[in-house]
Amino acid sequence: MDGQAKKRLEVNMTTVTRQLDELIGREYRDGFYTTLATDALPRGLNEDIIRMISARKNEPEFMLEWRLKAYRHWLTMTEPQWANLHHPVIDYQNICYYSAPKSEKDGPRSLSEIDPELLRTYQKLGIPLNEQETLAGVAVDAVFDSVSVATTFKAKLAELGIIFCSFSEAVQLHPDLVRQYLGSVVPYTDNFFATLNSAVFSDGSFCYIPPGVRCPMELSTYFRINAKNTGQFERTLIIADKDAYVSYLEGCTAPMRDENQLHAAVVELIALQGARIKYATVQNWYPGDREGRGGIYNFVTKRGDCRGANSHISWTQVETGSAITWKYPSVILRGDNSVGEFYSVALTNHYQQADTGTKMIHIGRNTRSTVLSKGISAGHGQNSYRGLIKVLPGAENARNYTQCDSLLLGDQCGAHTFPYIEVKNPSARVEHEASTSRIGEEQLFYCTQRGIAPEDAVSMIINGFCKAVFQELPMEFAVEAQKLLGVSLEGSTG
Amino acid sequence: MLTIKNLHAQINGKEILRGIDLNIRAGEVHAIMGPNGSGKSTLAQLLAGREGYQVSAGSVDYLGRDLLAMMPEERAREGVFLAFQYPVEIPGVSNALFLKTSLNSIRKHHGLTELDAMDFLHLLRDKMKLVGMDESFLSRAVNEGFSGGEKKRNEILQLAVLEPRLAILDETDSGLDIDALKLIADGINGMRNPERAIVLVTHYQRLLNYIVPDVVHVLSQGRIVKSGGAELALELEQHGYGWVEAEYAARNAAQER
Ligand SMILES: Nc1ncnc2c1ncn2[C@@H]1O[C@H](COP(=O)(O)OP(=O)(O)O)[C@@H](O)[C@H]1O
Ligand SMILES: [Mg+2]
Repeated sequence: MDGQAKKRLEVNMTTVTRQLDELIGREYRDGFYTTLATDALPRGLNEDIIRMISARKNEPEFMLEWRLKAYRHWLTMTEPQWANLHHPVIDYQNICYYSAPKSEKDGPRSLSEIDPELLRTYQKLGIPLNEQETLAGVAVDAVFDSVSVATTFKAKLAELGIIFCSFSEAVQLHPDLVRQYLGSVVPYTDNFFATLNSAVFSDGSFCYIPPGVRCPMELSTYFRINAKNTGQFERTLIIADKDAYVSYLEGCTAPMRDENQLHAAVVELIALQGARIKYATVQNWYPGDREGRGGIYNFVTKRGDCRGANSHISWTQVETGSAITWKYPSVILRGDNSVGEFYSVALTNHYQQADTGTKMIHIGRNTRSTVLSKGISAGHGQNSYRGLIKVLPGAENARNYTQCDSLLLGDQCGAHTFPYIEVKNPSARVEHEASTSRIGEEQLFYCTQRGIAPEDAVSMIINGFCKAVFQELPMEFAVEAQKLLGVSLEGSTG
Repeated sequence: MLTIKNLHAQINGKEILRGIDLNIRAGEVHAIMGPNGSGKSTLAQLLAGREGYQVSAGSVDYLGRDLLAMMPEERAREGVFLAFQYPVEIPGVSNALFLKTSLNSIRKHHGLTELDAMDFLHLLRDKMKLVGMDESFLSRAVNEGFSGGEKKRNEILQLAVLEPRLAILDETDSGLDIDALKLIADGINGMRNPERAIVLVTHYQRLLNYIVPDVVHVLSQGRIVKSGGAELALELEQHGYGWVEAEYAARNAAQER
């Protein structure tokens, strides 16, 4: 009896641990691969490659010049070492910098021209590409590897003067806007990865909302990294003119792949006087397997510029994927009374590493910023919050509130917080709160004692932990985000 | 309904329960009393399936099944309910969602349809009146920022909604003012029925003025040192636990001789 009872207890313990493991260790669902004929440039990087990229895209001279300036600057830079991340050396000469599905040569004009294989890929991912499927109000600019293949609802948006198209298209059709704003928030000299992106970026999304226009639907992009050894360098530029409003969703999935893939995107947001931009991301790229092999390296530069008075930019992100994430969506609070917000959930599992956070740069008077960061670590995952709050001398009455909460599942993962605060104006008020908790045996027992299965209990506890961030997401993304965190929707809708 | 035989249990090698025998039949209300640290909560939590206890001897039979072999959620679904002495907070999870998930998990186990949000809300509103809880508690996170008394009421609300076969209430009376105590006692009395057993764990007899037990047990240093009727609680109130413990020691000594 004695031995038996002991054994049973051990079994109970391991069962619960195993269930936790299973819940957070589910195989990557989007791991499939599409066979497509691709048109790719040889691996490696030099001025000829950059000229070829620019030529293939039929770019005006100013774009090529800009790319070359960036490339030459990049040659003088070294990869940053300060992030709390560890990864094998990236061989930049062994990356293919341009890859496009073959059909791109003629440019698909409607869905019927698109490779059915590609459409099937999107269907598997659950992307509402067909117009009838997008009646829910989502206009999708889908990026497959490097080239935008379909844009929906464009006509409807055009009636309002809204421009929403691929970056390449914007370069062709709206070169003046591109020229005026490209690099005005993230200059080509900004940082190693942004500079690389400036030199080689292949495509991305472009959005312009004219003065006083409220974009009537959520604009959405789905990124998908597909071809082997293709570094993906997306460039997104969103401009909200005076008193305009736009809410933008970025969703990402990548198929399963053994080699690590580099992703170095740049997103620039510009909010003019009284404008508001909401930018939401749900990122579930391939995180690597249980042993930490494979997965995406995600080194992204995202920055918003509250250029006008009373402007407002918010970043909301749910990061569950990538082997390595290095990402600090930031807001430059230039205009008086402007508002910057950052809401983040980052989950690391297995051997994933995330070093993410934000920078809020207060320049204008009465500027306000809010930072709410929720980090969840499981397995051997390492999760770091790195945040900078900077108040410049002219930022009279600047306010910041930062809250960083970490939740640990298991005892082999880690959570780290690196807050940097620089205040140069005595009237500023900066508050920082941080907490770390473990999904307690007590919480779990409380739930199971009420008949709730342990895996449902963990979902519920995690979901509760992230609630304040999920509330900032548009409905359909909140749903996606909950699913991503292994939350069964059943019950949570009541 | 519940038969505990010679139960010994340790925490980290320290023996806390040192041979418990207890027999509880359906329809009965038992009170387990005893000084602080005597092992009352340990017994309650162990029966509910809490991890971390090493059972070194003994057995627990619940409705013909080996209770100790069941997972905590299985025990709960089969009707074992523990009102916690220190209910934990679950930030961001609404009280309503928690209780609905709980109720539906149990209903599903018994092959019943799961209640939708509307039906659940109807049920909940009635039960909340029973324990004198405000509806604002539904949308608040489970136990978060609740006062001691509010946490206890919340436990009783869960009891009323889940309608278990065996309810174990650990110090449910502590932290309640007299009005709340009466209200909750009424609620619990209302749940007495021939199908259900209730175990009241307490170190005061105050609660027992309102809920009159069929049997009172005194737990001391991990053993039941005396059992009796409702009047035993009053004696304990007047004379403390010392005499019971002394009597037990003398009896043991006599047996050994
Ligand atoms: N997790 C634990 N680790 C070590 N000792 C414990 C633990 N939990 C309870 N104990 C000890 O077990 C004994 C009984 O505690 P408990 O069951 O809480 O008593 P009661 O509820 O009767 O006041 C006490 O001596 C207490 O210190
Ligand atoms: Mg106790």
